[in-house]
Amino acid sequence: MGLLSKKDAVLITDPLLDNNPITIQVLGICSALAITAELKASIVMAVSVLFVLGIGNVVISLMRNIIPSKIRIIVQLIVVAALVIIVDQVLKAFAYELSKTLSVFVGLIITNCIIMGRFEAFALGNGPWRSFLDGIGNALGYGAILIAVGFFRELLGSGTLLGFKVLGDPIELTGLYAFGYENNGFMLLSPMALIVVGIIIWIQRSRNKALIED
Amino acid sequence: MSKRTDSNGYTLLFAIGMVLIVGALLAFTASSLRPMIDANKRIEKQQNILYAMGVNDNDESSAVFVSKDKVAGEFAKYIKKQLVIEGDKITENTEAYLINVKKEQTAAKAGNVRKLPLFVGEKDGKTFYIAPIRGKGLWDAVWAYVAMDKNMVVQGAFFDHKGETPGLGANIKQRYFMDDFIGEDLMNNGSFKGIKVSKSNNDPKNEDKNDNEVDAIAGATITGDGVAAMIKSELGLYVPYFKTLK
Repeated sequence: MGLLSKKDAVLITDPLLDNNPITIQVLGICSALAITAELKASIVMAVSVLFVLGIGNVVISLMRNIIPSKIRIIVQLIVVAALVIIVDQVLKAFAYELSKTLSVFVGLIITNCIIMGRFEAFALGNGPWRSFLDGIGNALGYGAILIAVGFFRELLGSGTLLGFKVLGDPIELTGLYAFGYENNGFMLLSPMALIVVGIIIWIQRSRNKALIED
Repeated sequence: MSKRTDSNGYTLLFAIGMVLIVGALLAFTASSLRPMIDANKRIEKQQNILYAMGVNDNDESSAVFVSKDKVAGEFAKYIKKQLVIEGDKITENTEAYLINVKKEQTAAKAGNVRKLPLFVGEKDGKTFYIAPIRGKGLWDAVWAYVAMDKNMVVQGAFFDHKGETPGLGANIKQRYFMDDFIGEDLMNNGSFKGIKVSKSNNDPKNEDKNDNEVDAIAGATITGDGVAAMIKSELGLYVPYFKTLK
């Protein structure tokens, strides 16, 4: 990577695997449960967090030397809330359809642990460029898990991907359904998101023993 | 972190400054974008009304509105009358679509006579009566535009929500759910019955249109119950008007 030093590149690549915000840092679990019943929602949430975390980390990093430590959490919350509200208002004015798609995610973005977690753990102690990379890296790591969970939940729960019937028609009994296959309704319920995340964590730790805590 | 930023005085000044700056920024953004947001909401209402009566750009499986640039022309072409029902009084109002159903519900709770908007549309020689309704889902409001014929048989519906769970309750705005309502009779043996969103419908192809039931969405029981309750309580208010049509 010509643009990035080795140290900077790690900020992007590390959260994708060995320091993933969901599977290792255990941040952002709530939204992973709430919106991964369909793949499209997972992608929308991943992109939204990518934007907010990237910009938010830069803003907090720029302010890091003037924020009073006693109220730093409140300041972080105000920054992320203001950022999300401004984005929401701009979308409502110029991309109304997209804003409607995002509506339910706006509240979830503000309360997403990853945002506050990265502000607190990284942006408060690092410069704007590195904070931006950290935000992008963590949002990508978060998005990758979200999309993986959304993929399996929608495929096995509804037999569709992005709304398209990929396994056949369950009412007309075509495709896999002709052989007696049935959608697993449990996959649509939030606890199954935890189980899918758990399986991903299991696979991740079995491939890299260094991740297993004593 | 330097000591300067830890003093009480600095913290207080910082908090005040931050609130003022962020408040001003949000107020400026909201007020400067307000006209555009309001225009988008007006267009959306017209699109929703037209959608319910079958004026839309649907393909085989997705729900698509008429485009933004065409909606004003289509609305003027297909919506022949906009009525406001206030008790026994029925008036025409060309901006009845702007009536805020939520405010009217609140006013009715306070004892005021509620304004019920009803849009009369014509398409291919058929007359549609479209009612906007609003109720509660699992997390927040749900609302709908239901098109009926003069016998209160549903001809089309558009459902929407504020914050139902994606992939579950949010699926009330999917075509497979909305289309199930088409043909359902809101009346049963001369009295208003509504339509139940039922887990025990046992009619996956929704062929029995006289059973006042449609199939529920898996994992969205409370949203479905909210939709059924909204239809029952809100569309029931229009029954006296529909009786005058016979």
